[in-house]
Amino acid sequence: MIRGEALCKRFGDVTALNPTDISIGTGKITAIMGGSGSGKTTLLRLLAGLEKPTSGHVWYGDEDLCTMPVKRLYELRESMGMLFQYSALLNSLNVYNNVAFPLHEHTELAEEVIATMVAMKLEQVGLRGFEKLMPSELSGGMAKRVAFARAMAMDPKIVFFDEPTSGLDPISAGVISTLIQETSRKNRMTSVVVTHDVAAGLAIADHVILLWQGSIIAEGPPDAIRESDDARVQQFLQGRPDGPIPFSRSTTSYIDDLTHKPGTIRLES
Amino acid sequence: MSDLFIKQSAPAVFFGKLGRQALRGVEQIGDATMLCFQALALIVARPWQGKHFILQLSALGVGSLIIIVITGAFTGMVLALQGYYTLAKFGSESLLGAGVGMSIIRELGPVLGAFMIIGRAGSSITAEIGIMRVTEQTDALEMMAVNPMQRILLPRIVATTLAVPLLVSIFDVIGIGSGYIVGVELLGVNPGAYIAELIAKVTMHDLYGGWVKAVVFGFMIGAICTYMGYRSEPTTEGVARATTQAVVIASVGVLIVDYILTSFFL
Repeated sequence: MIRGEALCKRFGDVTALNPTDISIGTGKITAIMGGSGSGKTTLLRLLAGLEKPTSGHVWYGDEDLCTMPVKRLYELRESMGMLFQYSALLNSLNVYNNVAFPLHEHTELAEEVIATMVAMKLEQVGLRGFEKLMPSELSGGMAKRVAFARAMAMDPKIVFFDEPTSGLDPISAGVISTLIQETSRKNRMTSVVVTHDVAAGLAIADHVILLWQGSIIAEGPPDAIRESDDARVQQFLQGRPDGPIPFSRSTTSYIDDLTHKPGTIRLES
Repeated sequence: MSDLFIKQSAPAVFFGKLGRQALRGVEQIGDATMLCFQALALIVARPWQGKHFILQLSALGVGSLIIIVITGAFTGMVLALQGYYTLAKFGSESLLGAGVGMSIIRELGPVLGAFMIIGRAGSSITAEIGIMRVTEQTDALEMMAVNPMQRILLPRIVATTLAVPLLVSIFDVIGIGSGYIVGVELLGVNPGAYIAELIAKVTMHDLYGGWVKAVVFGFMIGAICTYMGYRSEPTTEGVARATTQAVVIASVGVLIVDYILTSFFL
């Protein structure tokens, strides 16, 4: 069980995530959804330990990710995988070496065994035979599929997916969604999926968390989310421009901004 | 809610900006020192980064060889030319070898060599690490339980610390050799006098001084350029700005530290 306790993250004056409690069920797929800037990627990065929270804790069982020694954190990460929004393939390595990277780093397996495992992972994402290509020679969709294969290379227990289907054609998006679902079920893998793809999120998740302006506004099984009577939830699910979630994110007066003169400072009274 | 607007005086704006920049500078120096020591502390940690160190030494050292040879050759040639006509006024052309040798070994080799390596290798270190940040490759390494400080920063800092003195030594040899060609072959200085004065006047103290400078400059280049890349704002503009700043800070830093070290070695 991964548990966020009063997790809060601020970047300077901007609050990306208000104090939030969150639980990620073991062996389940949890989809974190919300509009752009709602804090979902920040929450994912906090859960993965890529960001330190301004306050709060991230518990992996009874260990606090935020205070554990670096050595222990890296031990824990050997059983984790992450698919980044823009793939994050290592530019200096070809497809084979990208997928084999975690295996080379953390196992003593013979190269033939690693080659077999890489071929299996690439077959899974439909890219066997592309081992020698460099990341710069791949399309966005192909890069994401290679990144998926790399995230799965060590058969991790926990995988974080940051926008796994964004920028993909419908077929590739469908394949990735199916792969997330099938791999999670088969391996009893804990998956945390950040997405604003409502259909994909609701289709594959066991548990859905909906964020708005850095706070959780709804959570529960997909059916409960679909049937929620919260107007904000319905506006997000249906993609309506009008509703309680405003399109404009500006917080200052339009007139004041237009009349504010350069070289002066504003004193609120 | 109504707002009041007051105009800030020009000195207030100026000193406000100056103060903020000074504080930011001090903060950055502290952060860079911490990061550098954190990376260096990992030198004894497993897994060993020997393979990555050799790769970096090859990329930074061998890759900079041609530019070092060209710079060394033309520096020696110009020094011989300028030195010959100056010394000829006093009838001391025989001291040309000593003049060229001391200038290159003590000052021009370490400083010009460092400048060339900053331009050739330092900028590419900052840009490469910055791009790795933009494209989340450093985060990907973290998530694959590979410490980016140990894998990315440490081999580059160690490689530049070792590569710069080696390259500066090559610069020195090429510079003195090309000075010999211009002085002896083109301007007619006695070859025996060139070599004899060089050996007589250039001491081991000069050589050690040059190498110490080269080691310090190499470490500075590695530390500054990796820091600027690692802490660059993860945007295209941020990486471009960090690369420019790395080159400027490292170059100015080399000149300042050169003066300090020279004052110790004289």
